[in-house]
Amino acid sequence: MSLKIENLTANIGDREILKGLSLEIPKGQVHAIMGKNGSGKSTLAKILAGHPDYEVKGGTATMDGLDLFAMEEPDERSRAGLFVAFQYPMEIPGVTIANFIRAALQARLPEGEELDAVEYYEHLYRQMDALKIDRKFTSRAVNEGFSGGEKKRCEVLQMAMLNPVYAVLDETDSGLDIDALKIVSDGVNAMRSTERGFLVITHYQRLLDYIVPDVVHVMVDGRIVLSGDKTLAHKLEAEGYDWVEKQQPALA
Amino acid sequence: MDTKPDINIDRSIGDFHYDVDYEFDAGTGLTEKTIDYICDVKQDPDWIRDFRKEALRKFNSMPMPTHWASPDLENIVFDNIRYYLSQGTQPKRSWDDVPEDVKRTFERLGIPEQERKFLAGVEAQFDSEAAYSNIKAAVGEQGVIFVGSTEGLQKHPEIFKKWFGKVIPTGDNKFSALNSAVFSGGSFIYIPPGVKVKHPLQAYFRINAENFGQFERTLIIADEGSEVMYMEGCTAPKFETSTLHSAVVELVALKGAKIQYITVQNWSSNVFNLVTKRGLAHEEAEIKWIDCNIGSRLTMKYPGVIMKGRKARGEVISIALAGDGQHQDTGAKMVHAADETTSNIVSKSISIGNGRATYRGLVQVGRHLKGCKNNTECDALLINTESRTDTYPAITVRGKENACQHEASVSKISAEQIFYMQQRGISEGAAMSLAVNGFVNDLVQQFPMEYSVELKRLIDLEMEGSVG
Repeated sequence: MSLKIENLTANIGDREILKGLSLEIPKGQVHAIMGKNGSGKSTLAKILAGHPDYEVKGGTATMDGLDLFAMEEPDERSRAGLFVAFQYPMEIPGVTIANFIRAALQARLPEGEELDAVEYYEHLYRQMDALKIDRKFTSRAVNEGFSGGEKKRCEVLQMAMLNPVYAVLDETDSGLDIDALKIVSDGVNAMRSTERGFLVITHYQRLLDYIVPDVVHVMVDGRIVLSGDKTLAHKLEAEGYDWVEKQQPALA
Repeated sequence: MDTKPDINIDRSIGDFHYDVDYEFDAGTGLTEKTIDYICDVKQDPDWIRDFRKEALRKFNSMPMPTHWASPDLENIVFDNIRYYLSQGTQPKRSWDDVPEDVKRTFERLGIPEQERKFLAGVEAQFDSEAAYSNIKAAVGEQGVIFVGSTEGLQKHPEIFKKWFGKVIPTGDNKFSALNSAVFSGGSFIYIPPGVKVKHPLQAYFRINAENFGQFERTLIIADEGSEVMYMEGCTAPKFETSTLHSAVVELVALKGAKIQYITVQNWSSNVFNLVTKRGLAHEEAEIKWIDCNIGSRLTMKYPGVIMKGRKARGEVISIALAGDGQHQDTGAKMVHAADETTSNIVSKSISIGNGRATYRGLVQVGRHLKGCKNNTECDALLINTESRTDTYPAITVRGKENACQHEASVSKISAEQIFYMQQRGISEGAAMSLAVNGFVNDLVQQFPMEYSVELKRLIDLEMEGSVG
């Protein structure tokens, strides 16, 4: 049981961004992808989610054997258990957090079945308290006027509520001060389980001190070029990416 | 594999049509003969015949207002329209007496059911005439009159004649002139002094025939200190050719009276909906228009209130939803004609695809007046980048101690935002619905419960239909 990506190539317009990427995240593990800006890290997250701007040219992605790309609409993939916490979460004017998450949960129920409102709010408040999100936020429009840290906490709140099988966290540490980073990491760590896999995309090793990965991958120019344990992250932090790139003479 | 609903599903409520035998048919085109035919069928008194013919002259002499309005108006072919179609002029008092083919239309639209549940009275118009009209006995006993316009002018001329055409003169605009020439159906309502009608009175306007024009005429008079809520709903099946709906609605609220007029229209996308609505509010009276415009090809509608008595109050709450290929040109007119009058306009429009929403507002406060207040709030939501929205406020405030406030905002729901919502498991249609419902939510709260549920349902269907 895993989230398995094989030889994935993908474009935006005519530009090839992923150039044969392979990666397998077994259920129960946390994998990290590190890489420089422009290496294609965020693209990977969006392609897995089904963003309409990207075109998959080749390769496969399966989630516990389920063909991800056979599900055309992003909402199908979400309901099948995939969650992506975005680097820049969208503001949705007029839609409150409570209504938003409720609609997302409702969408997972069989036709004709209604979400129990009382249970829902109890669940929501519990998760909000854990993430130290003021309960007043339930009536705020999604991400509208939120600080960077509030947006990221809101992403983790949604993840906790939707209970995905595989979660991709795209630069969840960006824009967070150290306190917020701790809260967000605690939220993620609380969700670590043998029944769930995580892919943590990050620029900095700092996040991986809090969310300790089982495997670290290095991404260069649309491919995974090196994998190792958490010590690889420290080495990258200390020495930069140049040495990795030098080991890859084939990459122009 | 394709689980998306067919594009026509957004009209599923109203998009059906039964073949009906019409006893009376004025044929296509509009001449004096058409007017004579209508007058003969309806047994109009002479003053109405003269009124209609004078209106026809005005209509013919007035140009299309395309110097400011949409050039799409030029696509209305007046010669191809049928101006009067009915199975008889007398509405039935019991659903059992309504002809089967007409009855099943209204049953499918849920009208008899709603009547039983929460309405004080219902009028159901099928093409040119009301097929059914009735009020609950208790309401009738209070002296409330709720009949069609023909019955109103024949049986209650003393009230009818006094106000008919006084709030909206025939020549107010080309389409009010057209309506005045060929009007048929609509409601005549009189609420006696001090009577507060607890439940809403409802009219339902149904267009069934192709190449047809519906021209209902509604006149509501709320006598001193009385209160009434009137609700109208509209649907038509979708035809290849265009259909014209051009109503005139006049409201008169005498001293201290309150009228609330609610419209939830769901026209199919071939309907030109060109409606003139205005109310006259006397001293301390209150007129409130709540207007929801969903569907149609082109809607032009600017409900207005003339506040002619001290401390009169006018309000327009409007929601317009312009889907692909639709143009909602809506707004409000507030004419302050007495001291200490107050008005409030809240307009929210949603444009989807290449749909277009236009707001036109007119606020006038005369120079000799004092203590008048207007508040205008005008918000637009654009769903995807092709949509456009325009705001044309015209505010003339003279005199002393008058205050006018205008606020406008535009928000956008981009493909990126829809994607974000979809990533959480919400389908594209449901995501748009969620955004639209969130946007109009504070206005929908002001509706009676039954209508807010209905409106939400219409928005959901419209959004589902606008996907893919």
